[in-house]
This record gives sequence, C-alpha cells and structure tokens, in this order.
Amino acid sequence: MLEKGENKEYLPIEGLAAFNKATAELLLGADNPVIKEGRIATVQGLSGTGSLRLAAAFIQRYLPGVKVLISSPTWGNHKNILNDAGVPWSEYRYFDPKTVGLDFDGMLADMKDAPNGSIILLHGCAHNPTGIDPTTEQWDIIADVIQEKEHIAFFDVAYQGFASGSLDEDANSVRRFAARGMELFVAQSYSKNLGLYAERIGATNVITTSPELALRIKSQLKRLARPMYSNPPVHGARIVANVVGDPALFDEWRAEMQLMAGRIKQVRQKLYDELVAKDKSGKDWSFILKQIGMFSFTGLSQSQSENMTNKWHVYMTKDGRISLAGLSSAKCGYLADAIIDSYYNVQ
Amino acid sequence: MAYRSRLAYLLSSPACRLSAVKSAAVTGNVVPSCRREFSWWSSVQPAPRDPILGVTTAYLANTRPSKINVGVGAYRNDEGKPVVLECVREAEKRIGGRELMEYLPMGGSARFCELAVGLAYGEDTQVLKDKRVASIQALSGTGAVRLFAEFMKRFQPEAEAYLPLPTWSNHHNVFRDANVNQHTYRYYLASTRGLDFEGLKEDLKSAPNRSVILLHACAHNPTGVDPTPEQWKELSKLFKEKEHFPLFDMAYQGFASGDTQRDNQAIRIFLEDGHQLACAQSFAKSMGLYGQRIGCISIVCAEATEAATVKSQLEYIARPMYSSPPVHGSLLVTSILTDSDLKQLWFKEVKEMADRIIGMRVALRKNLEELGSKHSWEHITQQIGMFCY
Repeated sequence: MLEKGENKEYLPIEGLAAFNKATAELLLGADNPVIKEGRIATVQGLSGTGSLRLAAAFIQRYLPGVKVLISSPTWGNHKNILNDAGVPWSEYRYFDPKTVGLDFDGMLADMKDAPNGSIILLHGCAHNPTGIDPTTEQWDIIADVIQEKEHIAFFDVAYQGFASGSLDEDANSVRRFAARGMELFVAQSYSKNLGLYAERIGATNVITTSPELALRIKSQLKRLARPMYSNPPVHGARIVANVVGDPALFDEWRAEMQLMAGRIKQVRQKLYDELVAKDKSGKDWSFILKQIGMFSFTGLSQSQSENMTNKWHVYMTKDGRISLAGLSSAKCGYLADAIIDSYYNVQ
Repeated sequence: MAYRSRLAYLLSSPACRLSAVKSAAVTGNVVPSCRREFSWWSSVQPAPRDPILGVTTAYLANTRPSKINVGVGAYRNDEGKPVVLECVREAEKRIGGRELMEYLPMGGSARFCELAVGLAYGEDTQVLKDKRVASIQALSGTGAVRLFAEFMKRFQPEAEAYLPLPTWSNHHNVFRDANVNQHTYRYYLASTRGLDFEGLKEDLKSAPNRSVILLHACAHNPTGVDPTPEQWKELSKLFKEKEHFPLFDMAYQGFASGDTQRDNQAIRIFLEDGHQLACAQSFAKSMGLYGQRIGCISIVCAEATEAATVKSQLEYIARPMYSSPPVHGSLLVTSILTDSDLKQLWFKEVKEMADRIIGMRVALRKNLEELGSKHSWEHITQQIGMFCY
C-alpha cells in the first residue's frame, strides 16, 4: 500500500467498494445465490461495535419497540449498544452452569416465549464469553423456531476463521440460515481474525428478499451513518481488500488463521491436561476442550474469579471468563493451579 | 426456493403497517394481515441523496472531459487531483510496518489528543496548564460534533442547539439523530454576501440563556464569511451575558489564512474571556487525511477533576458507538506534530494550500470582472476558506 501511494480521499458513506464486495463474499461464499442475486446490503462499519450500532439504529428507526433478545451471558457491550441506540432488549437462556454447556431447551423456550417478530442476536461462531456454540443440528432447530415465530436473526460474526481455523466452517451458521431464504442482519469484525483491532474494520450486512430492497436498505443505512461519522476510515478497509484480493496474501492469511486457531486449540489441550493431572477429584474439565474460540467460561464465580486475581495475579473478567488467546503454554500449569485453588477453596 | 415473508405488518400499505404495529403493541404478537411476497423491509424508502456527497457521485459518473467538481470540500491541486501531503507520506513511511495494532483505549490516543488540543487552543494556554480540558479522539469532525451532541443531550438535556443559517448540512443531521432540539441563528446576509452581524446578535440575545451555540472557528462552511476579531470579541461578551455555551467546529485550521495560530483566533479570544467552551476538530482538510477519520472533541471544564469525569463520560458514549477510534490517522498526526521538521513541512504545505485557494479566488474574481460583468464579485476575495457563496 505504501508503494502504491494511494490517496487519502474520503470513502463514500458506505465505505470502500472493494472491501464491501470482499467481506460479503467471505461471509457467504462468492457463489452464494444471495450475492449473485444482489439481495445483500453491505456497508463498511467501525469494526464489530460500529456495525452492530448501525444495525441497531436501523432497527430503532424501522422496527420501533421491537425487542432484541440477547444471550445470557453475552458480550458486555451488546447491552450498551442497544441501550444507546434506544432499542429494548431482554435475555434468552444460554449458558448452563450445571453442565458448563449450552442450555438448549432454555434457549428455545425463551425464543418461543418472545412476541412474534422479535429479533434474536446470535453469535455466528465462538460465542463470547462462553466459547459454547450450538451444533449444526441445534442451529437448524434454532432456525426452525425463528422462522415459526417470524423472528429476525441478527448474527454477530467477530471470529470467522478464528474459531475452527476455517473461514467457511465458521460461517456455517449464517450460511445455513441464508440458504433458507431468511432475512438476516449480520455484523462482521476483522479485529481478531486479521488482527486489525485498532483499524476498526467491519461491516453491517442486511440480507433481504430482493435486490431493490437491498438498495433501499443500504441507502437508509447510509443515512444513519452520515450523522455518526460521515464515512468510515479507509486504512483497514484497504488492508482487507488487499489481503483478500491477492491470492498469495489470501493464502498467507488462511495459513496464519490456522496457526492462530491451532495455537488456541493446543493451549486448551494443555490446560485441560494440567487440570486433569492436578485435580484428583474426578471433576469433568472437558468443557475446556468442547468450547471454541478465544474464550472459555470456566464456571468460576465472581468471588472465585477475584481470588484468581488477588491471590494468583491472574487477570480475568468477573463472570469467570478467561481468554485463551492470552495464555501461553508455559503458563498452563500455573493457571491450572490457580483455577483448582479458586474452585475448591473459595466460596 | 420460495422466500417466505416475514413481518407482513410492515408491508407497503401504511394502513396495514399501522394497524399491525398497534396490534403488536397491544398483544405482543404480529398479525400478518397483508401477507404476500414479502419482506420485513418493504416499507423502507430510498433515502434522499446526501446533498453534498451525492454531487461527487454524479461527477464521477460523468464522462465529459470538460467536467469540473466544485462540490465536495476536498482540496485538489491545480490539475484537479487529490493531494497527499509530503509530510504525510513521510509520516506513513515512519509508521509503516510498525509492530502492534492493538486497540487504542476508548478515548483514542492520549498523545494525539494532547497535540491536537495544543494546536487548537495554543500550546501555552492556561486551561491546558491547569489540565482543565477533557478530550478524546473522534471520527473526524462529524464524529466530534456527534459526541458533543450526545453528551449535551445526556448531561444538559434542557439545553438547545443554535446553528448558523446556513451551516454545513450534516450539522442538522447530527443534532437531529442525537435528539437535540435545534434552531438557527441569522448568519449570512445575501445582500452583502457577508455577515449579518446585527441579525446574529439579535438572535443570540433572544435565544434562551444557556443555549449551545455552534460557531465555525474559521472559514465558515458554506459561506466563507467569518467574523472579524473585533466581532468575535463582541460576541464573546454577548455569550457571557447570556451564559451561552460556545461549541466551535474547527475543520480548517491553517487552511483558511495559512497560519494555524491565526485561524484559531476566535477560540483564543473566548478562552481569554474565561468561557467553558468545546471544540470539534478535524484533520481531514488541514492535513489531507480525509479518509482516515481523525479528529478530536475537547471540552474546557471548571477544573481538573471535572475534566477527568467528563472525559470518562465521553468515552462512555463512544464505547457503544464504535468501541475505540481507528489508530492510523492518530499515528500520522502524532508523527507530524512531534517531529519539528515534519511539523515545519506541514506548516509550509498547509500555507501553500491556503495560498493556492486565495490565488484561485483572486483569479476567478479577475476573470469575472474581465468578462465585463457588471455584478460585484468582491465577495469572492473577501470570503475565506474552501468555499464561496
């Protein structure tokens, strides 16, 4: 990019066209009928947060009063985004502390209980903060319920490629929903999978039933973006477009993503092995292996999490979430000691 | 595959939509009364084209060699090409391939803010020494104004905003989307193509006390008409009487006169008079960093603790909007302002841009007069900055 010496002019409100094309294709696959038929409105956004906020502002304007259901727990900023956008929200059950897994029945019941035509915020892959994802079969059932209740699915895709190591596999949930002809919101972020955190690069996508509608929706998304920041920052968009547009760079990226996802899987395995070796009680720590992505919900309570910090100098969030991305294999043993101590010796 | 419609109640017929929305509000259930091949969004109309940015789109689509774009406020060289400043290219080289791309804090780069505010207020200004200025990095000028609008809505919900007539069209959008009540005050006088100073003063006097008044620090957009220093001084006194809050939008520092410390004169006058003011700054034009979206919102507070509190609240507004601002532009600006050679180079380049525009004004006026126009074209050279009204 330095050599090309491109100019620094304003992007259009919807962002860099090459980026918008690349990001939609990454999400759905270049030959997806949704793309071929032009049924998707894509607007470059300020990473995941900005893309979520733009979608939330659109929801507030066009579906005033409609509630968004968010998972319990979910990324903390989801609530702030919806609050500041003036969109009401409530929670659906998600994490089951008994199994340290998915409360699937609770999730379905809460979705069925909600008024028809609600919006369901789903994590496309690598749920944050739990690391617990539905299986493919479960995704299909979730889609059934959403269609039955005439809800709209709203995907937050912040880890595509980062979860399993495969871009396509991680987009599975979104693609299955799109294949059913469902109208969707999808917010994307390149902070983690391309490591572009500080460049703030992502996208708001709305998948709809006709290209004409997609155009109209796009124009209204732009109208919401203009008084927020006029047009999005160019730098990150150019990086993504360059990486995706150059086969050599794209291959390099795929390989690096495999490496990153691979390292996390290794560290999960190591932590698990250490916990099993050190904890003689027979407690089932396998949830660490079953969870996916950066985060693991350890099941530690707030006071136990505080013990981790105060006694062991392990910094984590109070909900019991640890980021495996921040863990080096050399420290797995120490972390296992800390977890075992906190779990058994602190109420 | 047959696409099953969702949300039939938001169908094209307003009657359908209204009855179903009401019904939904009562029962909590959507009544799909007007079902057909359908989408949740069929009632969504195309948004009006942005009056400014739409011009460039149309220009780009035109294939005539004779075309001219004097629409968007983006600087061009004499061949009509966008310009990347030398100081910026040099800064790019220095920061290219740097190691880390970690998130900035929510408030952006502290160093960048320090430098930006020093530039805007004058580095020696007392309020900076007293640490009374709350500032965070913002998404260029638009983002800075939006943050302020949200902030005033949250913490002074009764206060209303007064915008000059005319002003940059997006100002109206920003305050509207932030749900702040807005009014206009007289500014441009068509008969003189100059400032309607009497009208301006009258309108600010009749506004309720403690209103937020949007002021263009220099190079008023779109008119190019700026108050004189004496007029700024008079306004400062008027603001004191009315306890009005000055919100300066400064998008052209250096670009107007060619001298950054002359272009911020209005702000310095108000600071000397002890106003608690705010400034929304953009580096889009003055450093040619349009697409980087780099700016700053700063608010002068009563004392240092208040400034820290205010800053935390600004961050709290930014977090659910975009979490943290983009880093690249902040690195470029910081690079330029902290290196004395690059800084001097920037001063030189910004003066060149300002001079080219002043030269253009002179040439345009001269050409019009030479063509035998009986009309007065004085205003072309009296107005300042990018735009001519």
